[in-house]
Amino acid sequence: MALLDVENLSVEFPSRRGTFVAVNGVTIAVQPGEILGVVGESGAGKSTIGNAVIGLLEPPGRIGAGQIRLDGQRIDDLDDDAKRRIRGRRVSMIFQDPQTSLDPLQTIESQLVETIRVHLGLDHRAAQARAVDLLRQVGIPEPELRVKLYPHQFSGGMRQRVVIALALCAEPEVVVADEPTTALDVSIQAQILTLLKRLCRDKRVGMIVITHDMGVIAEITDRVAVMYRGKVVEEGPTSKILGDPDHPYTRALIGAVPRPDLRLHRFPYVDYIEGIAEKPAAISLKDHWLGRSRDFQRRHDGPLLELRDLSIRFPLNTAWLERNRRYVDAVKGVSFAIREGETFGLVGESGSGKSTIARLITQLYRPSGGSVVFDGTDVTALKRDRDLNPFRRQIQMVFQDPYSSLNPRMRVLDIVAEPIRFHRLAGSRAEVNRIVRDLLDHVGLGAKAAEKYPHEFSGGQRQRIVIARALATRPRFLICDEPTSALDVSIQAQILNLLKDLQEELRLTMLFISHDLPVIRQMCDRVGVMRFGQLLEVAPTEELFVSPQHPYTQELLSLMPNFRGLTHRGLDVEDRATG
Amino acid sequence: MSFLSGFTDSDLWHSFIRTPTALVSALLTLILIAGALAAPLVAPHNPFDLASLDIMSAHLPPVWMKDGDPAFLLGTDDQGRDVLSAIFYGARISLLVGFASVLLAVLIGVTLGLVSGYLGGRADAAIMRVADVQLSFPAILIALLIDGVARGVLPREAQEHMAVYVLVFAIGISNWVQYARTVRGAAMVESRKEYVQAARIIGIGPVAILWRHILPNVLGPVLVIATINLALAIITEATLSFLGVGVPPTTPSLGTLIRIGNDYLFSGEWWISIFPGVVLVLLVLSVNLLGDWLRDALNPKLR
Amino acid sequence: MLTFILHRLLQSVLVILAVALIAFSLFRYVGDPVNAMTGQDTTLQQREELRERLGLNDPFLVQYGRFVADAAQAEFGISYRHRRPVRELLAERLPATLELSIVSMALALLLGIPMGVYTALKPKGILSRGFMSLSLVGVSLPTFLIGILLILLFGVVLRWLPTFGRGEVVHLSGWTTGLLTKSGLQSLILPAFTLALFQMTLIMRLVRSEMLEVLRTDFIKFCRARGLPSRLVHFRHALKNTLVPVITITGLQLGSIIAFAIITESVFQWPGMGLLFIQAITTVDIPVMAAYLCMVAFFFVVINLVVDLLYFAVDPRLRVRRAA
Repeated sequence: MALLDVENLSVEFPSRRGTFVAVNGVTIAVQPGEILGVVGESGAGKSTIGNAVIGLLEPPGRIGAGQIRLDGQRIDDLDDDAKRRIRGRRVSMIFQDPQTSLDPLQTIESQLVETIRVHLGLDHRAAQARAVDLLRQVGIPEPELRVKLYPHQFSGGMRQRVVIALALCAEPEVVVADEPTTALDVSIQAQILTLLKRLCRDKRVGMIVITHDMGVIAEITDRVAVMYRGKVVEEGPTSKILGDPDHPYTRALIGAVPRPDLRLHRFPYVDYIEGIAEKPAAISLKDHWLGRSRDFQRRHDGPLLELRDLSIRFPLNTAWLERNRRYVDAVKGVSFAIREGETFGLVGESGSGKSTIARLITQLYRPSGGSVVFDGTDVTALKRDRDLNPFRRQIQMVFQDPYSSLNPRMRVLDIVAEPIRFHRLAGSRAEVNRIVRDLLDHVGLGAKAAEKYPHEFSGGQRQRIVIARALATRPRFLICDEPTSALDVSIQAQILNLLKDLQEELRLTMLFISHDLPVIRQMCDRVGVMRFGQLLEVAPTEELFVSPQHPYTQELLSLMPNFRGLTHRGLDVEDRATG
Repeated sequence: MSFLSGFTDSDLWHSFIRTPTALVSALLTLILIAGALAAPLVAPHNPFDLASLDIMSAHLPPVWMKDGDPAFLLGTDDQGRDVLSAIFYGARISLLVGFASVLLAVLIGVTLGLVSGYLGGRADAAIMRVADVQLSFPAILIALLIDGVARGVLPREAQEHMAVYVLVFAIGISNWVQYARTVRGAAMVESRKEYVQAARIIGIGPVAILWRHILPNVLGPVLVIATINLALAIITEATLSFLGVGVPPTTPSLGTLIRIGNDYLFSGEWWISIFPGVVLVLLVLSVNLLGDWLRDALNPKLR
Repeated sequence: MLTFILHRLLQSVLVILAVALIAFSLFRYVGDPVNAMTGQDTTLQQREELRERLGLNDPFLVQYGRFVADAAQAEFGISYRHRRPVRELLAERLPATLELSIVSMALALLLGIPMGVYTALKPKGILSRGFMSLSLVGVSLPTFLIGILLILLFGVVLRWLPTFGRGEVVHLSGWTTGLLTKSGLQSLILPAFTLALFQMTLIMRLVRSEMLEVLRTDFIKFCRARGLPSRLVHFRHALKNTLVPVITITGLQLGSIIAFAIITESVFQWPGMGLLFIQAITTVDIPVMAAYLCMVAFFFVVINLVVDLLYFAVDPRLRVRRAA
């Protein structure tokens, strides 16, 4: 008998379109002092298991079958009040986003004291002392002073520590942590994971860590359950699962994780995850519509795109007097050049100005200094739409969020056709329709997608529509601004593969922007590192990863997830597939 | 065809046929609108035909009471007008003013909101300052004020037949702010979204972006506000008419009828006020119910 | 925090100046003030003298400045209709309107907030459904019709309560109150309830929807996950977080009570400012209209300032950020 036993659990969500089974016959168990990882992609049902264990399923969700036992005693069929007494006291939960999981109007102390008193029945003074002690245990400096503060006075990482302290108020036996580090910066993530691991060992707590991130799994878990569409497909010790997975889904999942340590030509195994139409045969540029983009006159022998001392500043306030205005330099004196056919990577943390550069190149922003030179022409000097439109046609962009980058009220046909119509790239209506269908087919969606609306597609499929739209102007230069950071890792692998294929086929030049170093390593020929609007270092990719020059680059590389024990078996397969 | 089947398959339609209150209130609204539109056909008398009015048949109670006359189902008012017919014609004016003023407010509010939200900068600041000042006054007060000004400006003889236009203008102007603010907020959210950036990167101009991309995406909340404001506009019209600054008694709206009857309340002639009042409440209630349902259906997380 | 309040004060002054500009334009350009003040037998020369004496020949800005200066001392000229200073008229009527409005506000808040909280916490309960249906009827019943129905029921049929006027009033150094006599209190019941009903339903629905919103947040879910009893979750965490948006909108709503008092006063012949205003509109008595407009603007601005101060009391995020 384990500390917590989940046996054959099924959770259903009835709706008018039929009953959706989010969790289907799942059996897992946790021992005291053990960390069990539950890993899976969005929609796998992993969070639902956490909610079921703590007894807080969102209506209309309900447990359809199975049992949850704590110390051998059933807890899933208790009445509401008995369940409440267990929550916090014996089973506790840590949520994903520390920004929203604390009551903004109460001090940390009052939230801690209240929880302690409810469960342990201490008097106010003893509860206060315990609150301070808890804050000390989770590593908050000067807890006697900090306890009097309000949540907004803490940073994200500190807030997550407070959340952990709240979860541990009454010395629970089991803690469920639902994506405990997903909303945090990379450097903070490591600290919080270490803290969780230490607390789990010291207090002999059984912990379930729910995550989509293989890095988290490798970092702290003892055992892993891999979930796919509501079922546990494989369960076992972490080293076994990461090093020698049995189930094809697990292998696909691990294979799709971008490797920080070496570069692969393509991601293996990705076809397991989402049914995608068979990729059509490679097109020959000579007689394909997309090939006609080569009709641009070559005017220039230098790099295709060159940024010269580019700067932009944004006003922080709208004071009437010039001297009262404050500005922030979003991009400051950035210069680099991209050769035709090259993939150039820009890497940096959020707020480093890398997305602003994309918007400067596409003329969404006007620079406050410097220039963007495309194919020998200074496009920042052009003012009239008539002069700009030929360049707009050649430079296109793929965005980060596939949910907001498509107009929900337009059919896919109209979305992809809009640039063709605007730039008059096709003669008749019938020709436009034919080209759109052809493009959709080519990005792996199938021509039938044209008649549908964006909401009928998943995130990865939407990103394919975005790519089709970007290709519809027959661009020479494609900017990808964090194109996969909103996607599950397996879908990310598919999209990255697609981008690689398209680039080779159409001889596109690419600017690839990402905060994710392993992804950059897989995609780019050269990389620029940015911080605070400045370009710190530019180097060929392999050189940058092997011998980074700038201290900041070295720091970034040291924070990359560490896959101890990650197998090379996936690579073996890859070798076989390519070799 | 595909549009229609898309609609009957949609969650909105499904929620509509599954919600009894929505069905009943839609039906009631339709009946009241149809009755009002067809007033000359279905009303037993023409209350505006002075020749047919007979002072002898004034102050008659409803037919089921003592002294009731079968020719006047719901009784007559002080001038011998049939209350039932007056209600048909009155509802017509109430609905006309309601719809027209909502249309006016939507046109002004949505246009200014789009401009404000998409362009930002000075245009936005100017429009929103005006909106702020106006918002510090209740709509009814602004409508009253515009009405008062109209009385001061228009020559006395023009006042009577201009009354409906003045009312539409007054109620429309006093309600545009809510649309402008909602649309501005939504337009700001939408214009920061990446699909708008994609359109700009393609080279599409601001007018086309507003019209093709942003407007269709902000219309949902506008529809909800417009429905609820229709009820409010009908109430406002009735209130102004009741206060004696709305539609004149020669072409009475429901509010005017209630005002006329109010003078006879104490002599026990309750029917002159109460029947138009009941119709007014039914009309407003059913429109409100529809608006409530629409808001919940378009915004499922609020349920 | 101080700069924030100064900023808001400056905004308020601008709003008042804008409203004063509208009021002044009314006075100056809607109809001719000289015509309105004189009879038919006044000679052209007398009219010109009056025009000069009123300063109507001065430049626009001078006239506007004088209007604002006068308004600041509650000096709004002579009513065309009553031939008395507007200031006296308003001073007579102000207590009646304020007493009615304040009693209604209190009623609306004391009933509306608990009903809203209850319907949010027990959305499926029979009582909640009752409240919600009632509130729909409340929103759909025009204020004047509520008044008429109450008059019909309690005045005409049952004959329990008086239906017009303020009853007996007591004079207290320039203030008249109906709160100290039996007939005064009885007269207040129907108008106060009429005025409160609409606001009450609005407040109830607002509190309900805000509360439902808060109950869906992560921190409430975390409170439940810590096993806090519902009593604490609902009243300590959810209700307090509901208050911030509720304060804003109730602030605005309470301001509009003064405007809705126009209708109620008209139905019940309550001798307040609203009744004066509606009479002024029907008789185009511009000085009274202008004065009323400025008064209402003043009340609104004061209410908004109070609302801003309440924010600071409720929300620590504002306090600390402004102080830092």
